[in-house]
Amino acid sequence: MKPAPFEYIRASTIDEAVAALAASDGEAKVLAGGQSLVPMLNFRVVDAPIFVDINGIQGLDRIEETTDGGLRIGALTRHFALETSELVKDRFPVLHEAMKHVAHLAIRNRGTIGGSLSHADPAAELPTMAVLLNAKIITAGAAGGREIAAADFFIAPLTTALEPDEIVVAVELPGLPPGTGWGFEEFAQRRGDFAVAGVAALVTMNGQSVKDARIALMGLHDTPVRAHAAEAALMKGAEAALLDDGIDAAAAAARQDAEPMNDLHGSADYRRHLAEVLTRRALTAAMERAGA
Amino acid sequence: MTAKISITVSVNGENHAAEVEPRLLLADFLRENLDLTGTHVGCEHGICGACTVLMNGDSVRSCLTFAVQADGAKIETVESLGDIDALGPLQEAFREKHALQCGFCTPGMLMTATDMLRKYKLETDDDIRDGLSGNICRCTGYQNIVAAVRSAVDKRDAK
Repeated sequence: MKPAPFEYIRASTIDEAVAALAASDGEAKVLAGGQSLVPMLNFRVVDAPIFVDINGIQGLDRIEETTDGGLRIGALTRHFALETSELVKDRFPVLHEAMKHVAHLAIRNRGTIGGSLSHADPAAELPTMAVLLNAKIITAGAAGGREIAAADFFIAPLTTALEPDEIVVAVELPGLPPGTGWGFEEFAQRRGDFAVAGVAALVTMNGQSVKDARIALMGLHDTPVRAHAAEAALMKGAEAALLDDGIDAAAAAARQDAEPMNDLHGSADYRRHLAEVLTRRALTAAMERAGA
Repeated sequence: MTAKISITVSVNGENHAAEVEPRLLLADFLRENLDLTGTHVGCEHGICGACTVLMNGDSVRSCLTFAVQADGAKIETVESLGDIDALGPLQEAFREKHALQCGFCTPGMLMTATDMLRKYKLETDDDIRDGLSGNICRCTGYQNIVAAVRSAVDKRDAK
């Protein structure tokens, strides 16, 4: 099918884009990489009278180091640029690994981090990474800019905290403590397909006990989420210096808390099974890398 | 009816000026406006990969790109790789390894493989399979396509 007619506005600055969105009274939508939006336009499940193309905004595709050891990633950074960035590989190896699972080369050449976060698919890698890495999502809007914590950004499937006249400008990832181990496990039917389920983990060790742990689940809830119960279970087991017991308890908690859906690619029950198995694998890998 | 927009696009080294509706997909622009029917339209939602072309050197789905977004860009389609009398090296590898049957997916396979060959080492056949996983073929069972890309990788690396 083909998209319905629309008016096309090419913005060359963030201010121009925001002004065009604000002037449309909530009717206009942003067109970035288009890799999720255009399929929906072609099928006419999304329709808007005006699209504001932000691809021509200069300087919005930079990956810059921040002083706390983190990165500031411009909203128009393409997936392929993230996948091949030495800075990402060096500072956030878990994100580097996750990028290998993002769609296919032709999609990665066009798709953007700002677009993926704004689209907010609960089974997509970048929203999950934003939640895992405590990302701050920097926006611009008619009422000014905001910094939104990833935990507050994703509200429901394909629904974010963005106002109709706001766009994502950049994503800031705070630096990780030295010695942080990571794990990323995803199950998909084929490489590049949407995840049936996935789990990402970060672990910092203090000798033989776990100092800090973060676990994020993809495709297992309405939005990407931190698995707080699983994290608590891991820490509790770790206090007793029983790391394997901690991993088992965390994996069971991830399964218990999962609220997955049934669809063509997997039943809810199968996804709950994956929550447990992938949590165990991700934590085991993260602890090994953290030197446990 | 929305206003048409003037664009100039370089396609296979030739400049084309046109007035297009914003909603016109790049795939339809290539096929309908320029008669370059080598670019095939399958699923029209970015799954099958048949419409893959290169935009400024990067492979893109031409069904997920609007013609207006190609304004000022350099597009390369399967027609740029060679012709029936003088196949390009990748096309020659596909012919030699019998990597096509009906041929519908072949233009997308060729353009995807062109980009993969430039960007990735493709050390293992699994790497090739992962790279081609966004292009659907309903005839060959993929074995011969992987063999053709393998042959092209080997030729690339022998240089």
